[in-house]
Amino acid sequence: MGMLEAVLMTIATAATPLLIAAVGELVSERAGVLNLGVEGMMVMGAVTGFGVALTTGSPWLGIFAAIAVGALFSLLFAFLTLTLVTNQVATGLALTLLGLGLSGMLGESFVGLPGVKLTNIDIPFLSDIPLIGRLIFGQDPVFYLSILLTAGVAWFLFRSRVGLTLRSVGDNHGSAHALGINVILIRYLAVMFGGACAGLAGAYLSLVYTPQWVENMTAGRGWIALALVVFASWRPWRVLAGAYLFGAVTIGQLHAQALGIGVPSQLLSSLPYLATVVVLVLISRNRRMTMVNTPASLGRPFVPDR
Amino acid sequence: MRIELVKRPQQSALYSALSPFIALALTLIAGAIMFSLLGKNPLDALYYYFVDPLREMWSLHELAIKAAPLILIAVGLSICFLSNNWNIGAEGQFIIGAITGSILPVMYPDLQSWIILPLMLIMGVIGGAAYGFIPALLKTRFNTNEILTSLMLVYVAQLFLDWLVRGPWRNPQGMNFPETRNFHQYAILPEIWPSMGRANWGFVFALVAALVAWFMLSRMLKGFEVKVLGQSPRAGRFGGFSASRMVIFAFLVSGGLAGLAGISEVSGAIGQLRPTISPGYGFAAIIVAFLGRLNPLGIIAAGLVLALSYLGGEAAQISIGVSDKVVRAFQGMLLFFVLGCDTLIHYRVRFVGSTAHKAEVSHGNA
Repeated sequence: MGMLEAVLMTIATAATPLLIAAVGELVSERAGVLNLGVEGMMVMGAVTGFGVALTTGSPWLGIFAAIAVGALFSLLFAFLTLTLVTNQVATGLALTLLGLGLSGMLGESFVGLPGVKLTNIDIPFLSDIPLIGRLIFGQDPVFYLSILLTAGVAWFLFRSRVGLTLRSVGDNHGSAHALGINVILIRYLAVMFGGACAGLAGAYLSLVYTPQWVENMTAGRGWIALALVVFASWRPWRVLAGAYLFGAVTIGQLHAQALGIGVPSQLLSSLPYLATVVVLVLISRNRRMTMVNTPASLGRPFVPDR
Repeated sequence: MRIELVKRPQQSALYSALSPFIALALTLIAGAIMFSLLGKNPLDALYYYFVDPLREMWSLHELAIKAAPLILIAVGLSICFLSNNWNIGAEGQFIIGAITGSILPVMYPDLQSWIILPLMLIMGVIGGAAYGFIPALLKTRFNTNEILTSLMLVYVAQLFLDWLVRGPWRNPQGMNFPETRNFHQYAILPEIWPSMGRANWGFVFALVAALVAWFMLSRMLKGFEVKVLGQSPRAGRFGGFSASRMVIFAFLVSGGLAGLAGISEVSGAIGQLRPTISPGYGFAAIIVAFLGRLNPLGIIAAGLVLALSYLGGEAAQISIGVSDKVVRAFQGMLLFFVLGCDTLIHYRVRFVGSTAHKAEVSHGNA
C-alpha cells in the first residue's frame, strides 16, 4: 500500500463519523429541530459500542447497541423539547453535558483496555486495483454504509412524499399542522434518527477510528458535525463534501505533526477547530443565501392549538 | 395516555420560585437510584455528597473557592442568555483570562510590588473580554452562529494553554514539569480570613458581580434593554435599541467576567499555570445560570449548589469509593430536570387519558 493510498484511506476514516453524525442531524434540522446534543449522543454511542463489543467480542453487536442507545438518548431531548416545549438550545446543551458525564462514568473501567476492531471488507481482485482499489473496495463496512446513508437521505428528503412532509414540518409547522400532519410525531422520529446516526458515528470512533475508550474521545466532533450541516446549507451531498474536507484537514495536520515540520503540535491540533470557524464565517456572510436555505421553523417551539 | 400543555395566561409565580427546588429534589431521587445501581447505599452516598462537606469551617471555605468561578461566569452568561446570545465558550474565555492575567508574574517575575495584582486582574478581564469579542464580532459582521464559534474557540484556548506551559512559559527550575513558575507573593490573591480557611477574594468578586448585575438587570435601563432584545428583537428595534451592540455588550461582559474568574482561580487557588486549570467550570456555569433562573441572586445560591457537588464528589470518592466521574453525570441530570420543571412556569400540564380525549373529540364534532 503506497503512501498516498494510505493517506486517502485515513481521510475516509476521519470523515466517516463526521458524515454520519451530520447527516443524522441534517434530518432532524430539516424537520425543524435543532439538537445541539450531537456531541453527547455521539460519546454515548462510543462508550456503548466499545463496552458491548468488548464484553460480547462482537463489534457488530457493539454497533447495533450504540445505534439503539443513541436513539434512546435522543428521546430524552425529544421529550423535553417536543412534549414539554423547553428551549432547544439549552436542552441540547444539557444533552451534551449529560452524555459527556454519563459516558465518563460508564466507561471508567474500559480506560486502557484494548478494543475490538471492526475488520475491513476486502473484495477479492477489485481491491487489488492500484491506487483506488483498496480505497473503494477495501474499506470498513460502515464506510459503505455512510455513503448509502447519504444517498438514502438525499433521496428520502427530496424525492419521496414522506420526505416532503418532513421538510414542510421544518419550514412551517403551523401550516403543516393545519394540513393534518402530525408535527410532533414526525419531529420525534426525525430526532431519533439523528440520535441513531450520532450513536453509530460514536461507535465508529471507538471501534474503527481508534479502537479504544478514552474519556471525551469525541473531542468536539459532534460540534463539527453541527457546523457541517450549516456549511452544507442543509443538503446531504454537500455534507459529504464538507466531511471529507474536514477529514483531509484532520489527517493533514496529523501527518504534519508526525513529520515534525517545526510548528507546535498544539497549533496543528487546533487547525480543525479554526477551520470550522473560518468555514462558518465564509458560508454565513451571505445573509440572503443563509435565510433561503435555513429551515424556517428551525429551533422554534411548537404547541398545537386545537 | 397523553401529556397536554395548556398555556397559562401569565407566568406562575409559585412555580417560578419552586421549579429549581423541584428539579433539585428530582435530581436527588435520580441520584439515589443511580447510586443503588452502582451498588452503594444511596443514603450514605447522598450524605457524603451534600451534607458532609458542610460540616466543617475549612470545607465551607473550599466551597467558596469552587463557587466563586461558577458564580462569576454564570452571572455573565445570564446576561448573554437573557439577551438571546448563546455564549457557550466561557471555558475558553476563562482560560485566556488566566493566561493574559499571568503575563506579569510569569514573564516579569522581578517586578514585585503591590500594583502587580490589580494589574493582573485587569489584564485577565481584558483577555477574557477580548476572547469573547471574537464570536460576537463574527456574529454581528458575518452573521456566524455564535454557539459553534464560541465553542470551537474553547478547544483552541485549551491547546494554546497547553503549548504555553510545555513550551515558552515552562518553569526553568521546574524539572521539565509542564507548569509555569510559581507566582510570587505579590501575585497571589489574598485569603479573606486566613485563620479560618483558604477562601480568597475571588468569592467576594463573585458576590459583587452578582449584586451589580442584579441591580443592572432589575433597576437600570440597560437591564431592560437586555430583556427586551432577548424576548422580542423587533420590539427592541422599535424602542431604539441596537441588537448588534447588545451582542457585543453581552459577550464583552460575560467574557470579561469569565476572564476575571480565570485569573482569580490561577492567582488564588492554584498559584501557577498548568495544562488544565478548570474542571469544566465554563460548562458547569451554564447549569448554574439556568438553575439560578438567570437571576444573579439566584445564581449565587445555584453556584453554591454546584460547588457542593464538586466537593461532594471528592468526599464521596475518598469515603465510599464512588468515582469522581459521577459528578458530571449528576450535573448533567440537574440541568435536564431544571429545564423540564421550567415548563411548569409557562404551562399547565394535563395528563389526558385516551378515552377522555376521544370523548372530547366526539363532543367537539356533535
